[in-house]
Amino acid sequence: MIRLQGISREFLVGDQAIKAIKDIDLSLDAGEYVAIMGPSGSGKSTLLNVIGLLDRPTAGTYLLTAQDVTQLSDNEIAQVRQTKIGFVFQFFHLVPRLTAAENIALPMTLAGIPPAQRRERVTEVLESIGLSERAHHRPDQLSGGQRQRVAIARATVMNPSVILADEPTGNLDSKSGQDVLRILELLNEQGIMLLVVTHDPEIGARARRRIRIVDGAIESDIQQ
Amino acid sequence: MTIRDVIAFTIRALQGFWVRTMLMLTAMAIGVAAVVMLTALGEGARRFVAEQFSALGTNLLIVLPGRSETTGGPPPLLGETPRDLTLDDALELKRIPGVRRVAPVSLGNAEVSVGARNRDVLIVGTSGDYQHIRQLNISQGRFLETPDPRRMFPECVIGAEVRKQMFGIQAALGQWLRLGDRRCRVVGILGTEQHSLGVSMDEIVLVPVSLALAMFNKESLFRVLVEARSRDRLTQTKDAILNVIRSRHEGEDDVTVIAQDAVLATFDKILRALTYAVAGIAAIALAVAGVLIMNIMLIAVTQRTAEIGLLKAIGAPPRQITLLFLSEAATLSMSGAVMGWMIGEFGAWVMAQAYPDVPIGAPAWAVLAALGVALATGVLFGILPAMRAAQLDPVTALSRR
Repeated sequence: MIRLQGISREFLVGDQAIKAIKDIDLSLDAGEYVAIMGPSGSGKSTLLNVIGLLDRPTAGTYLLTAQDVTQLSDNEIAQVRQTKIGFVFQFFHLVPRLTAAENIALPMTLAGIPPAQRRERVTEVLESIGLSERAHHRPDQLSGGQRQRVAIARATVMNPSVILADEPTGNLDSKSGQDVLRILELLNEQGIMLLVVTHDPEIGARARRRIRIVDGAIESDIQQ
Repeated sequence: MTIRDVIAFTIRALQGFWVRTMLMLTAMAIGVAAVVMLTALGEGARRFVAEQFSALGTNLLIVLPGRSETTGGPPPLLGETPRDLTLDDALELKRIPGVRRVAPVSLGNAEVSVGARNRDVLIVGTSGDYQHIRQLNISQGRFLETPDPRRMFPECVIGAEVRKQMFGIQAALGQWLRLGDRRCRVVGILGTEQHSLGVSMDEIVLVPVSLALAMFNKESLFRVLVEARSRDRLTQTKDAILNVIRSRHEGEDDVTVIAQDAVLATFDKILRALTYAVAGIAAIALAVAGVLIMNIMLIAVTQRTAEIGLLKAIGAPPRQITLLFLSEAATLSMSGAVMGWMIGEFGAWVMAQAYPDVPIGAPAWAVLAALGVALATGVLFGILPAMRAAQLDPVTALSRR
């Protein structure tokens, strides 16, 4: 479903060009559970951002469901992100003034889906993460684990085919981290491709496919 | 995103930063309130003057001694003084066919006394026609009756306040009043609260014009009020007046005749210019509010960088981000403007209570302009922050907590 061919991403630091990822070839199929691991600064987050269309590669081609997304305009890319990709971040990135339900509904709101339909879907998703009774709490009234679960619910509300999680447990205690991973894995079992970026080998070990990145290049790609 | 969702999102954002919201609303409200109140005041002054002038009657011509226009030719010799505008001149004007009424006016201050009470008042020497020209009403007695204004008939009409001060609760009608070195009998008392060009008629004493001239030892009248028979014949009458005076003054054009229309038009122009000027000054407050909105929206973009990154990540195209921030700026400026409008109208209402004579009220053009400018500045100054928000790189935006 995802085909990366010769993908590079260069950053200009001062007048020096630094390659965060170099010449990466990678192909991921629908429904896979992939962990991207590596030391900090290895380029794993950059790879995730390129896959999630938050960042544009400086070279190479990227086919997402057979569509060359490197050629798309900003507005078209936004459209693809909206419908196909769900993000989960280390720092949750919930909008502080909105309630859990409103945060979850945000992608649907942006997409212009009518309120009745939104409510129905949000109720459904809240139930699946076990936070139905917390629907009208604001993020500051929720625990870290609950916030991340709300963020996951938001990522899934548009029924994406990929969920990209960047250190999803990085800011959580191990108990909540386990819960969050459990929910993500459950989603994967339902057929959504799950891509987790982590530097924690224990978390990486849970994935069926483990890709190790060092200095912007794939060092190993182990399929279990 | 539907319009309703944009509005809901905007309102939530404004509520989320309510201190900032209140500050911006206040800034905008002050600007708009200033425009509304100042134009209300300026417009009130203009309408007040207009009303005063139309109270004088629209067919009025005023003859003044001396010439105010300059013409070509050699400058007048030193020491040349205009001829007096005499009572005889005034009486002669009455023969002009287009003239209905003529009221010669002589002004001066004199001491009035009754028994031990005395005070200084304004003495207006005139004729019976003055009552009709100035539309005065009499509460007791009658107005001056002067079949021949040249006769010094010792009678006077006093203002309500003069009556109160000089006679207290005693009957004034038919009593004798000492006016300077003369005596005259009170034949009438003016109704209260009459004004002429902002001068209260309550504190004057009206006497026959010849008596006033004699009292002040003058030949020349202060002015002559002439009421034409019709408005259409105003110019014709004006020319006729000039001709009569020229023939009596050895061919010299040494009086000035002004139509009260012309005076009104001048005042109207001045006061209108003044209103525009104060509105312009107040508009600066609006512009300042606009800059403030830009500033605060820029801060908001910085504050909410992560949120903007998130919105982008979950599928908001740049256009939508621009729309959201513009809608915030527009909502802020518009609600601030409406608040300011209400404050301004309230302020104008308070002023109207304080000065019931002056018809204070903001003209519709000023209100519309203030609201329009407020919205325009809000949106205009909102564009830059909104564009900045839309152009944020989602990766860097999200990397900040």
